[in-house]
Amino acid sequence: MFFFGYQRPDGTSGLRNHILIMPSVVCANRVARGISQQVTGTVWIEHQHGCCQLGVDAELTKQILVAHGCHPNVYGVVVVGLGCETNSAQNIADSIRALCPYKPVHLVVIQDQGGSLKATADGASAAMHMVQQASSLERKPIDISELILGTECGGSDACSGISANPALGTASDLLIDAGGSVVLAETTELVGAEHLVASRAVNEAVAKRCFEVINRCEKAAMAMGVDMRGGQPTPGNIQGGLSSIEEKSLGCVYKAGTKPLQDVIEYAAPIKKRGLVWMDTPGHDIEQITGMVAGGCQIVVFTTGRGTCCGSPIVPTLKVATNTAIFEKMKDNMDINAGTIVTGDETVQEVGHRIFNEMILTASGKLTKAEILGFNDFALKRIGPTM
Amino acid sequence: MSKIQAIIMASNDNTATVVESISPNSDVQLDNAGNRISVHVIEQIPFGHKFAIKTIAKGDSIVKYGESIGIASQNIAIGQHVHVHNMESTRGRGDKT
Repeated sequence: MFFFGYQRPDGTSGLRNHILIMPSVVCANRVARGISQQVTGTVWIEHQHGCCQLGVDAELTKQILVAHGCHPNVYGVVVVGLGCETNSAQNIADSIRALCPYKPVHLVVIQDQGGSLKATADGASAAMHMVQQASSLERKPIDISELILGTECGGSDACSGISANPALGTASDLLIDAGGSVVLAETTELVGAEHLVASRAVNEAVAKRCFEVINRCEKAAMAMGVDMRGGQPTPGNIQGGLSSIEEKSLGCVYKAGTKPLQDVIEYAAPIKKRGLVWMDTPGHDIEQITGMVAGGCQIVVFTTGRGTCCGSPIVPTLKVATNTAIFEKMKDNMDINAGTIVTGDETVQEVGHRIFNEMILTASGKLTKAEILGFNDFALKRIGPTM
Repeated sequence: MSKIQAIIMASNDNTATVVESISPNSDVQLDNAGNRISVHVIEQIPFGHKFAIKTIAKGDSIVKYGESIGIASQNIAIGQHVHVHNMESTRGRGDKT
């Protein structure tokens, strides 16, 4: 089975052919946005960090940005820096060039250019040439075993564990059977269900890692000295019927299907194994999606009960509604309705196959609603203080 | 045959999850492992929320998906709403250290 994608010179496969405008630091956000506004066919991100960071925290920020620049869905990248930041745009551009020598990379430093307007003009000129080059690339048939799917649930309700998540689990299994990879993440939303995932680990070491990451997550929550409920599950989850993190997690875990767990990896770490992999991310929807994309996911399927519009700037993000009411109410943002499972009109298996088929169409170029509406949500996870 | 109004996720659950809003003093149609049963619900149950299908004593586990999802913080009768007002989580309880 295959999809139509972009074969990159290093053997990786892209589902999109973006020109990414990326600030290395918060101070370069406005210029990055301005460059993208000048040039049709670019995407941009903004974030709040990149300076006054130390040690592993600074390294993680750099790693995530470099990974976005190197991502196979990205044809070329314009890196924008201010000129004095900790996370220098020069370093990021050099790292992307070293890892992906075939990829067009242009560096814009606002202070060197002489201000924001000149920097915007310089970046836009470079971006324009990249967009034109990218537009003559053709999609080719690529085996679906090259797909790395990120699974996500956000704005969950009680139907999440009844309809959309089990259906996504079916689609996950189908992809793994075809030789692909699936990422399960949002560690917080596995608290209470971790034993179910650990029992599917391929060996003792992986099972042990499951409990380690859960313990680390739970300890961090408890260090705040409050009942986690309200932060996780959220007020919206609670209104939607979820009474505890255990209940939420037992519904979330269905996204992972039934296949063996191959590995547990750190936030934004490269996804190397075929099969099911658990990436340790927070439950925060955007930090999660950013981490999974940095690790190499080229497509995300995102289930929602309360309704969320978000999407990655570079990775197509398919929205699956858990109930028909929200699918109809937020039709502009929902791609697939799994609410038919709740009403008994379709089975989990039937919707799972529908999700899988839509994944292939999306991989081959069909745009998701989040892409059409320009959602470019990006959030860097921090692991240290801002100094 | 009337439609399913609530779902029992696993056979040892002591709660059911409603798939439509339920008015107080209704008889709710449920599927329990292929058998159609009816439970008298005594309170308003919003869409997606749970009600007890067995008597639950304070301190007992609340069971859904065949697993514990927390413990009852008060006695709960059959047909009563089960949610944050009468059950609590056992995880991430930084307030209890």
